[in-house]
Amino acid sequence: MVGIVIVSHSVKIAEGVKELALQMARKDQLIIAAGGTDTGDIGSDPMKIQAAIEAADKGDGVAVFADLGSAVMSVGLAKEMIDPQLAQRVCLANAPIVEGAIAGAVEAAMGSPLEKVLETAYGARNMEKQ
Amino acid sequence: MTTAKEALRVVGQAVIDKKSYLTDLDQAIGDGDHGINMARGFESVFKKIAVLDDNIDLTTLLKTVGMGLISSVGGAAGPLYGTAFLRASGVCAGKTEIDAVTAKAMLDAAIKGIQDRGKAKKGEKTMLDALIPASEAMDIAIKAGKTEVECLADAVQAAQKGVEYTKTIIATKGRASYLAERSIGHQDPGATSSTVMLEALYNYLE
Repeated sequence: MVGIVIVSHSVKIAEGVKELALQMARKDQLIIAAGGTDTGDIGSDPMKIQAAIEAADKGDGVAVFADLGSAVMSVGLAKEMIDPQLAQRVCLANAPIVEGAIAGAVEAAMGSPLEKVLETAYGARNMEKQ
Repeated sequence: MTTAKEALRVVGQAVIDKKSYLTDLDQAIGDGDHGINMARGFESVFKKIAVLDDNIDLTTLLKTVGMGLISSVGGAAGPLYGTAFLRASGVCAGKTEIDAVTAKAMLDAAIKGIQDRGKAKKGEKTMLDALIPASEAMDIAIKAGKTEVECLADAVQAAQKGVEYTKTIIATKGRASYLAERSIGHQDPGATSSTVMLEALYNYLE
């Protein structure tokens, strides 16, 4: 099963997105929230993200969802710091963090491969709201 | 005697001393935490380098700085400066003295790292608007046969001009991009902190 990592500047956003996504996906879907800095303040922490990615991978890869700015950069840096073999099956989803993570988690919970999870998450960009 | 560790301490202290100034600049066009984040970063770095030998080699030192900033800054400056220091550390491996050519190669590796991480280029109101002109000025100075310190002086001057230039342009990267035209008139905090570091290094070596 593809693991999911949620990276936000805010601990609360990361936890909240995880909560929402888990409500939709199977309860045993692996979703790890990596929000805020190591002291829980607003920001992002590449080390925390690295640990989350390593914990989320069960061999089928990890789809990472991030909000903006340093969160995106910190994911890039975390990918450089992890084992290169693992890094090959870790991908930052090109998707909005809330809609993308929910769609991606549902897809992952169905046992779909990483490519499919990322594709579904990408599709969440087009969710019409008007 | 000048040592890498002492130079780094001076550079870090300069950033810490400018904490309020950098934060004020960031409050105008960003999320207002650049000075706080950078000061926290270098305070954490100081703790990490305190246990290193006084004559520690530059590569190990810069690696420690890079990892220290990455793990403690919290904002975008962490991955950006962290990557910059890590990349620069790779260039000076095995060297005990840094000449102008090596210094420029280190600066260029740092610039490349920042570009890889932030996907920015010159003219987008970022730290690159100080660092790229600094590198260009250094190149001209090296070709003119100037000394290491003279090359660095030219780099500092170019970086300072770069900071002034950031006042005239619109931010298209980072949090400041949300402000669009309203970012004009404000100098970029990242370009400023980059210049603060170069100035401090120059003042130490001069």
